[in-house]
Amino acid sequence: MELIYLLIIPALASGLSLIPAGKKWAPAVTILGTLATLILAWGAALRTVRGEEVVALVNWISCDSFGALMALLVAFVGFTAAIFSWGYMEKIVAPNNPGKIRRYYARYNLFLLSMLAVPIFSQVALVWIAVELTTLLSVFLVSFDNTPEALEAAWKYVVLTCMGAAFALLGVLMLYWGMSVSGPAPFTWAGLTGASTRVPPALLQAAFLLILIGFGTKAGLVPLHTWLPDAHSQAPSPVCALLSGVETTTVLYAILRLLPILKAAPSINAEKWFLAFGLLSVGAAAFLLIQVKDYKRLFALSTVEHMGIILVAAGLGGSAAHYGATFQMVSHALTKSFCFFAAGSTLLAVGNRDISAVRGLIRTSPVAGVALLLGGLAIAGAPPFAVFLSEFSILRAGLANGQYLIIGLLTLFIVVAFCGVLSPINRMVFGNPVESSGKQKLDSANILALVLSAIPVILLGLYLPGPFAELLRLAAASLGR
Amino acid sequence: MAELNMTLSVLTKLDALAGGLFLLTAFGLVAMRQVLASLNLFVLQSILLAASAFILGYQHDSIHLYAVAGITLAIKAVLIRWLLRRTISQEIYARREISQVLNIPTSLLLSVALMILAYFIASPLLSLGQEPFIKVNLPIGLAALLLGAYTVMVRREAVPQVIGILAMENGAFFAGVAIAPDLPLIAELAAAFDVLIIALVMGLLTRRIHERVGTTAVGRMTSLKEE
Repeated sequence: MELIYLLIIPALASGLSLIPAGKKWAPAVTILGTLATLILAWGAALRTVRGEEVVALVNWISCDSFGALMALLVAFVGFTAAIFSWGYMEKIVAPNNPGKIRRYYARYNLFLLSMLAVPIFSQVALVWIAVELTTLLSVFLVSFDNTPEALEAAWKYVVLTCMGAAFALLGVLMLYWGMSVSGPAPFTWAGLTGASTRVPPALLQAAFLLILIGFGTKAGLVPLHTWLPDAHSQAPSPVCALLSGVETTTVLYAILRLLPILKAAPSINAEKWFLAFGLLSVGAAAFLLIQVKDYKRLFALSTVEHMGIILVAAGLGGSAAHYGATFQMVSHALTKSFCFFAAGSTLLAVGNRDISAVRGLIRTSPVAGVALLLGGLAIAGAPPFAVFLSEFSILRAGLANGQYLIIGLLTLFIVVAFCGVLSPINRMVFGNPVESSGKQKLDSANILALVLSAIPVILLGLYLPGPFAELLRLAAASLGR
Repeated sequence: MAELNMTLSVLTKLDALAGGLFLLTAFGLVAMRQVLASLNLFVLQSILLAASAFILGYQHDSIHLYAVAGITLAIKAVLIRWLLRRTISQEIYARREISQVLNIPTSLLLSVALMILAYFIASPLLSLGQEPFIKVNLPIGLAALLLGAYTVMVRREAVPQVIGILAMENGAFFAGVAIAPDLPLIAELAAAFDVLIIALVMGLLTRRIHERVGTTAVGRMTSLKEE
């Protein structure tokens, strides 16, 4: 039943946010709603750790450990981003326009609803619809600033991801065809895995490639990533945290779900496709990172890099590498949302998105400076943060498999990206402060969101709590051997 | 038995006719120079999709496919048409000509290549089912999908790009009615609803771009790019 509540609460919060009842009403409702979803997702995840499958509606709405892990990530980032929005939105929206803030929160909740639906739905056609809805419900969040740049970014975002979705739709329909050829079975991830040996391999291959291209566009895989740095840098910062942190991850989840199904037909070489797309994404993103001039764009491109790393990890094969993939999904989602909160705080403190306009941040705004430094170090993969551990476990798994060339390339790209992220951040945080206009003080909600989202980023780098490690292990096991 | 085969062959021919016309509209969307004519072609394409769903529904005796035909007509041929007509501003009515990235003969030549590619991709799959309808619908649907993607890429105006995306979905569904005729109705309904939201969201965004930027030639918006 909790899965149904996970869908009802954001829908309810969205409706309630529209009620004009004072300045604090909509953000308060949103924070309470996201807190409730976080607790529910936590409960569902704990149940899957005990080995149960959480079922609300058989063959339609249910989730296993992998789905519960994704729902937990979405709920956590949704919660911290809602707190960050409290301090952020009223500063960037003119005070005489309370309706705009209410609409923001209504759309925010709907967007959250669609992202929670992706892992919770187990019927594959509904998963496609949920993925498509994550785009459609976030378009107006991307274009929220209503500047020509934001509108352009939103247009590119919706056009490219909807094109991708049409390809993925045909892929999903082909999977359904395969199911009906092979005999009666529910059209769910589990049902597909069970029936996969009876589905003609040619059909699986066509469906796989269509879905990889279609959802890959939305996950930002190179060369289909062109919209991503635009959309993920033009949206308001809390929305960027959701887009970059969890939206891409949930779409990647839908792609990775195909992996156990494709095990039935080794001739498809799904792993090779994952490795090729993954390495291409990591490599291209690493070199694009070097010449970025806008710090939100920097973090957006780093998302492309991380999507590539996860895909490579999934392609390496073996339970150790799959464990690395799920761990990397978690660490990326947590760290990237923290990075965008830091970038949003910097934007508030400085009022400019250009890297060259920010100098000596640690002196002009110590909180934003420390957050940006921590975020940069954490996302680039420095110890002792979560990304370091997850990247390390992927590299170790690859070396244990003997895939030296791939690991060599991956390490090279990660090192290039490390320098690409940290050198501009170093210049922004240290150096001689320059005077800037349009400064605003950070308020306690911003700082609270930063602290809350920093806790798991640091904690998971030092210590994995037992149930959580078990959840990661179970999720990795659901990717097949 | 003979009578049954007769009906089947007549139905196959009717479906092939709808498929041929469907493909023709996909080509038309690439070549059409006027926004309004593009929209009308899209409506025609949706009607042909509904016709194919209806024919297949008769063959399978499936209430699902009748429902699909009905939903398609209601949403694509009526609601979306109305929505997009409202989006097309007076300015574009006046100008009419759509500029394209490539000239039209080149476009059509590339479209033929895409169609051949679609048959090439679909051919290994055609031997899997015994049904004659799949042999018609799958390659044509795939070709319409690719042609729709091509339409989006060469258009510069916002509304023709939206029409291209909707035509891609039409292509996917044209294949879908044959390969997945018994897809649960709720999924079909949700997908149709989804298409409506696409048209609504993109229509609203187009109007906003028009208000804010003063043009709907989205292909010329290039302020964001890698330095």
